[in-house]
Amino acid sequence: MVDTKALDALKSEILTAVENAADLKELDAVRVGALGKKGSISEQLKGLGKMTPEERQVAGPALNGLKTDVAVQIDAKAEQLENAALEAKLASEKVDITLPLQKGPMQRGSIHPISQTIDEITAIFSDMGFAIAEGPDIESDYYNFTALNFPEGHPAREMHDTFFMKQEEGEGSNQGKMVLRTHTSPVQIRTMETQEPPIRIVIPGRTYRCDSDQTHTPMFHQLEGLVIDKSSHIGQLRWVLEEFLTAFFEVDHVKTRFRPSFFPFTEPSMEVDVQCDRSGNEVKIGEGSDWMEILGCGMVHPNVIRNCGLDPDVYQGFAWGMGIDRIAMLKYGMPDLRDFFGADQRWLDHYGFRPLDLPTLFGGLSS
Amino acid sequence: MKFTIDWLKDHLETTASNDEIIETLTQIGLEVEEVEDQAKTLADFTVCEVISAEKHPNADKLRVCMVNTGKGEPVKVVCGAPNARTGMKGVFAASGTYIPGTDFVLSKGVIRGEESNGMLCSERELLLSDDHDGIIDLPADAPVGERYVDYAKLNDVVVDIAITPNRGDCTGIYGVARDLAAAGIGELKDGTVKPLPATLAGEGDISVEFRFGEDEPQACQQFAGRLFKNVKNGPSPEWLQQRLIAIGLRPINALADITNYVSYDRGRPLHAYDADKINGQFHARNAKKGEEILALDGKTYALDETMCILADDNGPLCIGGIMGGEESGCTEETTSLFLESAWWEPIEIAQTGRKTGINSDARYRLERHVDPALTLAGMELATKLILDICGGEVHDITVTGEVQPEEKVIDFPLAEITRLTGLKVPFAEVKAVLTRLGFWVAGSGDVVKVAVPTYRPDIEGKADLVEEVMRIVGVDNVPVDPLPRLTSVAPKMLTTIQNRRRIARRALAARGYNEAVTWSFISEKEAVAFGGGQDELKLENPISADLSDMRPSLLPGLLAAVNRNTNRGIADLSLFEVGQVFKSAAPDGQHNYAAGVRAGLDTHGQVGRDWQGKAEKPDVFEAKADLFETLAQLGVDPNNLQIVAEPAAWSHPGRGGRVQLGPKNIIGWFGELHPRLIKELDLPKSIAAFELNLDAIPEPRAKATKAKPALTLSDLQTVKRDFAFVADSNLEAGKLIKAAGSADKKLITNVSLFDVFEGANLGEGKKSLAIEVTIQPKDKTLTDEEIDAISQKVVAAVQKATKAELRG
Repeated sequence: MVDTKALDALKSEILTAVENAADLKELDAVRVGALGKKGSISEQLKGLGKMTPEERQVAGPALNGLKTDVAVQIDAKAEQLENAALEAKLASEKVDITLPLQKGPMQRGSIHPISQTIDEITAIFSDMGFAIAEGPDIESDYYNFTALNFPEGHPAREMHDTFFMKQEEGEGSNQGKMVLRTHTSPVQIRTMETQEPPIRIVIPGRTYRCDSDQTHTPMFHQLEGLVIDKSSHIGQLRWVLEEFLTAFFEVDHVKTRFRPSFFPFTEPSMEVDVQCDRSGNEVKIGEGSDWMEILGCGMVHPNVIRNCGLDPDVYQGFAWGMGIDRIAMLKYGMPDLRDFFGADQRWLDHYGFRPLDLPTLFGGLSS
Repeated sequence: MKFTIDWLKDHLETTASNDEIIETLTQIGLEVEEVEDQAKTLADFTVCEVISAEKHPNADKLRVCMVNTGKGEPVKVVCGAPNARTGMKGVFAASGTYIPGTDFVLSKGVIRGEESNGMLCSERELLLSDDHDGIIDLPADAPVGERYVDYAKLNDVVVDIAITPNRGDCTGIYGVARDLAAAGIGELKDGTVKPLPATLAGEGDISVEFRFGEDEPQACQQFAGRLFKNVKNGPSPEWLQQRLIAIGLRPINALADITNYVSYDRGRPLHAYDADKINGQFHARNAKKGEEILALDGKTYALDETMCILADDNGPLCIGGIMGGEESGCTEETTSLFLESAWWEPIEIAQTGRKTGINSDARYRLERHVDPALTLAGMELATKLILDICGGEVHDITVTGEVQPEEKVIDFPLAEITRLTGLKVPFAEVKAVLTRLGFWVAGSGDVVKVAVPTYRPDIEGKADLVEEVMRIVGVDNVPVDPLPRLTSVAPKMLTTIQNRRRIARRALAARGYNEAVTWSFISEKEAVAFGGGQDELKLENPISADLSDMRPSLLPGLLAAVNRNTNRGIADLSLFEVGQVFKSAAPDGQHNYAAGVRAGLDTHGQVGRDWQGKAEKPDVFEAKADLFETLAQLGVDPNNLQIVAEPAAWSHPGRGGRVQLGPKNIIGWFGELHPRLIKELDLPKSIAAFELNLDAIPEPRAKATKAKPALTLSDLQTVKRDFAFVADSNLEAGKLIKAAGSADKKLITNVSLFDVFEGANLGEGKKSLAIEVTIQPKDKTLTDEEIDAISQKVVAAVQKATKAELRG
């Protein structure tokens, strides 16, 4: 006989114990006490065999129902307890996520504005089919002056405050005293001497003049350009420079003013001013009504072409030179040229460029 | 060079506005540097009359003046000038006027109890001169109420232009007018000076000798002299003074002012000697070493054989073409004048000018070349002015030497203009432009003949003529024409070495370094410390003593920068530079290097103190890592590199090394700085550095294909085995790793060192090295026996190569 009252009491007792289990261990004890081999429900189930079929038909479902109910409740409680335990563990693992991180190496490192500017220039001129050429910083008088049509003693030489090397001219050399190149133009000669036209090169590099004040440093950087072929003329020179300036300063259009001037190694010679606005604290290129001198240029002088072993009636072309530091200052707003060479870490951090900030035409020169 | 528009119009008949003139000057290559409009700055100053000047009741040195300004009631002004007096005419500034000489705006005031409503001005207050002894004292007929600038004819526009070294002809206002006329700004007036007949017989008692040795340079090629008698020197007339003041010259006396006038008007410098101070034979010669001269600027100059002087029996009178001597100069007492107009070799003038450092108006013109035709014309112009202003009588001109200007005729193909500029100019215009500039154009075919005037020695060939035409027609008129684009994708633009520099920069920046750009020159001490200091790499004229030697290494510049930053309180930093170093003065003595220094507590992983980790000093391995990372980014396989314990001289001998590809090709150095060097250069204590010779990395071999080698990936799991060896403590770990790897080259794919330690339990002079060996089965899974066999081989190979024993 099944005592339904007793069963109800048993169920109630077990479920209360389940409910009251504080942790998984206690719950397990309850489970063993009810459903274990000698558990209270298991004991009752053992009694089924001794019952009459009629009795069993009533008691069987009742007992099995009880067993299932209890099992379900225990599983539910177990999940509840597991969740609570995980929550507690997670809570204990909490960290202060506002603890600061140091800047990583990629954030700390920087590229100097001169290198960045040269990369920008390179990107633009590669699109116009130019290659980069270079030459030595210690030059002979011949390459720095004579071959470039600076006659001995000419006042134009004096305009270049030249650093001379102490030693007299090199052994067996008839190229005059060695100097620190005062401009990148000697590379014009070195290139024309060794390379067949057509030539399209730009020459970035260090140049030196013994002059030092707020706007002059004894060392600075120039960008020289040279085009030699059988047809290039001033109209194309204007195009190249205007395109370059517009692309470099990343403006819609830069108005330029070409003024006749004088350089020994070009004829005709010109200086170029760019349109700018000086009204604010910074100079803005490509707007306003002021002019700022930015570069010198001209058609390569017939004597220079001849000095390189080419016939100036056959070959012709143009050249230009501008200050890399200067255009960097104009674009990025550094107020003092001297700071470029001071390696003040604060300056390098402020004006430097990110390691992966690679100037390209497809991605934009500056970001 | 400065001039006024008014003066310009002496030579140029024009209706053009000032703005047009100024704009055109720049367009034709006479770059306008500054325009000063006196009428604007002095517009508010007026002529006034002092009605009464009474002593100030409360101050002895002040006067209370009632001033008639021509407008309204008289104005009360307190004035401190000693020359303020009743009835005088002066210059008045009302309250609220900006006073340029003192840079303030005048306000109403009460001075010692007396009201003051304006100011009576001195010349200095108007920036007219330095005179501040008294107020401006105008003639009695000066019209009260008129603007002072109008009355004094100061209402002129002063233009300052830059003259390029090739344009000696434009160092005179006449030449500027000629260029403007060529550009269509009016007509050039006739500048011919009619010679006046001498009033005294012959050349007088001063003759000129040339005393130049046969092989000596002769700066003075032609000397014209003229003797004047009974001149009366004194202040020059007002019109002349005004012109000189306007362009910033100080009027001295009539004779000096006239020479200055001719110098600016025609670009023809002259020099005036007091003839009574010339003793014996006047002559031109090169100076002797040891001679000196007190020049007109009050300074004494030492002379030498390269300088041409004018002299008499007593010695030097004048540094030829540069500056006269004080002693033989003209004064107000001068009555006899010897006037010089000479032709000088520009190059010699430039050289003497450079040596003496004198920047005179004469040098400015003569070193640019002065038209030989002006030697006598300039003399005649001065003669006329002297006789007009100073009176007196004049002898004939005495001329010594001769200058034959080269008669230059250029064959000028008209197509040259288009060939060089792209500009198309009709022949008629070409001819008109050149003619207006003073050239003679003959012929009319494709090639014309162009004769060059004597004042344009800079015109040597057709390209120069193209420039003349283009600058006058206007560079702005040259049509912009695209440079033909390439017909293919642009080829490689950078050479291997240029690319290496670029990559090295980015790689080092990515490792936390700031890129620096430091001077190419360093001090001798630094140069010597880094293996330089040779004579051929020294500058003859360094900008300062500590920038005297071309750098043999990038490190000194970076270390100096570390010091500067440390002194500013930035002690933890990493700096690198990629640039040129100099091993000799020859072009192939210049090399491309990359170098870096880490200082203070700056490592790749951490800078300074941080809660996450212990602050570490940069050590030899930090430098080694930077060097190897850079090399890896440059495509150098680190496995091919040999590391040799022979560090650079700058390195700590036991904590540094070098990297090479074979004994003859050293590629780089790394290490901690030598303590002795740290002391010598006064550097912070913990510095690690590396140097990398970018030129030494071999050019990559040209490959037939860009395809990478085939990749075989095994599906079989790798097996790892650890070994710990006890070795002599001076054993190089690299040797042990190499030996382990070589035990089975087929199956062992990696050997990594994961522990190094020394401890007493290992025994004196011993250390433990623990390695993990990775074995990659090829065809089948390895049995335990097979793996054991490989392990045996590893132990045997290590033992054989290093005598290290497996730890028990």
